[in-house]
Amino acid sequence: MRGLTSNDPLKEISLQDLAIDEQAEIERISSFIRNSLAVNLKRRGTIIALSGGIDSSVTAALCVKALGPQRVIGLLMPEQHSSGDSSRLAILLASHLGIQYIQHDITSILEATGCYKRQDEAIQATIPQYKPGNPFKIILPAGNNQKYRIFSLVVQDSSGNVYKQRMSHESYLSLVAATNFKQRVRKMMEYYYADRYNYAVAGSPNRLEFDQGFFVKSGDGAADLKPIAHLYKTQVYALAKALSIPQEIQDRLPTTDTYPMEQSQEEFFFSLPYQKMDLCLFAKNSGLPPQSICKATGLSLSEAISAFEDIDAKRKSSRYLHQKPLLVSELTDIR
Amino acid sequence: MPDPDSQAERIGEMSAKDSNLHQSINEFVNKNFLMNSGAVEFTNDDSLVEKGIIDSTGVLEMISFIQQQFGIKVKDEDLIPENLDSVNNIASFITRKINERDPDARFNIE
Repeated sequence: MRGLTSNDPLKEISLQDLAIDEQAEIERISSFIRNSLAVNLKRRGTIIALSGGIDSSVTAALCVKALGPQRVIGLLMPEQHSSGDSSRLAILLASHLGIQYIQHDITSILEATGCYKRQDEAIQATIPQYKPGNPFKIILPAGNNQKYRIFSLVVQDSSGNVYKQRMSHESYLSLVAATNFKQRVRKMMEYYYADRYNYAVAGSPNRLEFDQGFFVKSGDGAADLKPIAHLYKTQVYALAKALSIPQEIQDRLPTTDTYPMEQSQEEFFFSLPYQKMDLCLFAKNSGLPPQSICKATGLSLSEAISAFEDIDAKRKSSRYLHQKPLLVSELTDIR
Repeated sequence: MPDPDSQAERIGEMSAKDSNLHQSINEFVNKNFLMNSGAVEFTNDDSLVEKGIIDSTGVLEMISFIQQQFGIKVKDEDLIPENLDSVNNIASFITRKINERDPDARFNIE
C-alpha cells in the first residue's frame, strides 16, 4: 500500500492504492495470531463464529495458517431469521479448511430472552399492520443527501403489501435492544466454547466496521483478538483470493443477516458500497481531501464531502462502543 | 393604520413567549443530554451535534421532544440541521410549524 500524504502531488486515488502484498500480509497476521496466543492470551487455539461471509471466512483461514486446522473451531449459530445460505456457506468453509465446526441453533435461547416477542411489540408500535412472522428490516435513507439519516422500519405483510414508516426514538431503541440479543447470545456461546477448550475468541471486523462502529458492544464487538481490523474490505477480498476461500463466499454480497427481510449493509449502516467506503476512509486517513476520491468513486464533490462528514459522525457516535468501562481513577498497578 | 401601542404590546408578548420557548428547549438539552452537569457550555447558536451534545440517537430524542411537547408533526423533509441543530434553529422551526398549523394563533407557546 502506498503511503500518501496531503503534500503528495497525486490528488486522485483509486482502489489500486489499497493494493497490498497478500503473502507478506498473511505471514504478518499469522505471526500476530501465534504471538498473541502464546504471549498475551495464553490460550491454545481460536474459536471463530462463521457466518458464511467474507470476513469470518478470511479470519478463520488466517487462524488455520497460523495455528493449523486442529487448533481452530468454527461456530455456526443460526436463528430463525438467519438465511439458510449462511450455514451452508459456513459448512463449506469449515470443510474447505478442514476445521471442526459446531452448529448451535440459538433460536430457543433468543425465545427465552424475549428477543422475538420484544421485536414484535416494537414493530407493531410503529406499523400496526405487522403480524408476527411477517418479514421486516430497518433501513436508512439512500445516499448522504439527508443530513440526519433516521432509520425507517419496512414490513411486508402476508399479501405482499410493503409498509414503511420512520421510527420513533422509543420504537427504534426497543427494536435495536431486542435485536442485539442475537449478537450477544452468539458471543456468550463463543466464550462458552473458548473456556471449554481454553481457546481465544477471534473477532472478524474489517477496518470499515471497526472504525465506523458497525458492531454491537459486548456482542460481535467483543473478542480476544481481531486479526483483520486493520484491513479495508477491499484488502480482505484480496486476502480471500490469496487464501483460496471458496469462490461462492468470495462472490457473496455483504449482508447483515440480522433481520428476516433481505438487507444490504448500505441500507442498514454504510451509506455507500464498500469499495467507495474504502476509498473515502483511506483518503481521509491519508489526509487527502474529498476531491481525491471523486473520479474513482463517481461521487460529486458535494457527495464526497457528505461521505467524509458521515465518517466523522459515525466515529463520534461509535465512541461509546469502543470505550472501555470508565473508572474514577486509573489503576496503574494492574496494568 | 395599526395602533402603535397595541403593536408594541404584541411584539413584547411575542418576545416573552419566544424566550420561554428558548428556555424550554435549553432546559430539555441541559436536563436530558447533559444531566444538568454543566460539562459542556453552549450558546443558542451552537450546533448541538458539533458540540458533541447530541448524536444520532439524540436527534431522535429531540424529535420526540418537539412532537410531544409542542404537538408538532416532524416530517421527513424537516430532518435537516437548519431545523434541529441549535436551540435557535429548533425554536424557529417550532414557531414556524405552529404558525403554519394555526395561522391565527401566532406564538401560542407557553
